[in-house]
Amino acid sequence: MIDKRIDSLIDAVADIFDGATVMIGGFGEAGSPIELIHALIDQGAKNLTVVNNNTGSGHVGLAALIENGQVCKMICSYPRTVSSKVFPELYRSGKIELELVPQGTLAERIRAGGAGIPAFYTATSVNTPLAEGKEQRTFDGRDYVMEYGLKADFSLIKCERADRYGNLTYNKTARNFAPIMATAAATTIVQTGYLVEVGAIDPEVVVTPGIFVDRVITIAEPAQESKLVAEGRIYPCR
Amino acid sequence: MSIVNRQDFGWNREAMAKRAALDIPDGSYVNLGIGIPELVAQFVPEGREVIYHTENGLLGMGPAPAEGEIDPELINAGKKAVTVIPGGSYFHHADSFTMIRGQHIDVCVLGAMQVSEQGDLANWSTGDPDAIPAVGGAMDLVAGVKTIYVITQHCTKTGEPKLVESCSYPLTGKAVVSRIYSDLAVIDVTPGGFEVVELAPRVSFNYVQKRTGCKLLAGQQLADAAK
Repeated sequence: MIDKRIDSLIDAVADIFDGATVMIGGFGEAGSPIELIHALIDQGAKNLTVVNNNTGSGHVGLAALIENGQVCKMICSYPRTVSSKVFPELYRSGKIELELVPQGTLAERIRAGGAGIPAFYTATSVNTPLAEGKEQRTFDGRDYVMEYGLKADFSLIKCERADRYGNLTYNKTARNFAPIMATAAATTIVQTGYLVEVGAIDPEVVVTPGIFVDRVITIAEPAQESKLVAEGRIYPCR
Repeated sequence: MSIVNRQDFGWNREAMAKRAALDIPDGSYVNLGIGIPELVAQFVPEGREVIYHTENGLLGMGPAPAEGEIDPELINAGKKAVTVIPGGSYFHHADSFTMIRGQHIDVCVLGAMQVSEQGDLANWSTGDPDAIPAVGGAMDLVAGVKTIYVITQHCTKTGEPKLVESCSYPLTGKAVVSRIYSDLAVIDVTPGGFEVVELAPRVSFNYVQKRTGCKLLAGQQLADAAK
């Protein structure tokens, strides 16, 4: 029997090890698996390399994971947002590494990693500082820079509906990086708003087929990051 | 609304956006950058059907929702709440940037820190070592979208020209901009350099030239308008 359901957040993230590369879904708060991130804070794995488009807001979710000293490197396209304070301070004091990647290159690197493609060429970033030191080739008269596929030990993502096979559907623009991150990690851990019976999701509308998913935990009423930030909440509570 | 601001001189933000909107063809797929470019959607002339793309995974982006109808999972690339039009679609990031990098998006309107007379764009970093570098999707957009328009104030807040011989800031892309809409003029990037094709109300060619970091050409349209 295939049953990827898992009952506790502690069990869901228990094997994330020190030094792991962890992809975390979300674009800002949309799609951020905040309960899984908080479980990872409770679990305490250190020296993590985290892949996310941003670096979190306030003192909850991804920002809290960074603030808790668990992240040694961020791979992202846009590390500063209006309410992101944690990452900028650590970055300026040299306490966290940043690999800045154009957003489309980041997405394609993850897609390639999930598809078994070790590297590819793209026109994005040619003639800019982000292409420096990278191999370049010319195809049909246009210059391209080589970028490597990106894989992870774990992906933490959020979806709207899941079944016990791990078939997933998402909600609006909360989908963003989740489907590609699910393909690129050795272990993909999903928090879902609803768990439905196998067969309840029309095969025509499955976005992430269950083959890419390892664990599913139901979080019926996930916290809303912007609300926590507005309330001045800090995780873990002190 | 009036296209002339209170000082009756130059174009304000809305007027710049309105002027740029005139150049968005019917049937286009369009990506609008954060800031003044976002305003362009309000001014596309009646009768044109334009589909807006936002790189975080939505084609068919509609205007901001009414207060009380905000959905934190329906946002644009600037992380602001938006709506979806009938016929819209959601997709993941790799598909979204396939639309951009695969040259499927027709027009992108972006802001700028500097534009060079070769059409080089700098709009992501001043190169200041203390700043946190952040690039987002800007480099993908300029590398992949067929037509890149820039909307920008003609000069910085301290009066430095933003239209320059060559960019001193790190580039977003080389030779990518085709037209600039500033508060003073509409300017094309041509093989010969910047060519002024339209002046804002009460603005003279010489006034624009004095605030530009390289030599401007007067387009045929200016000569025709002067007749």
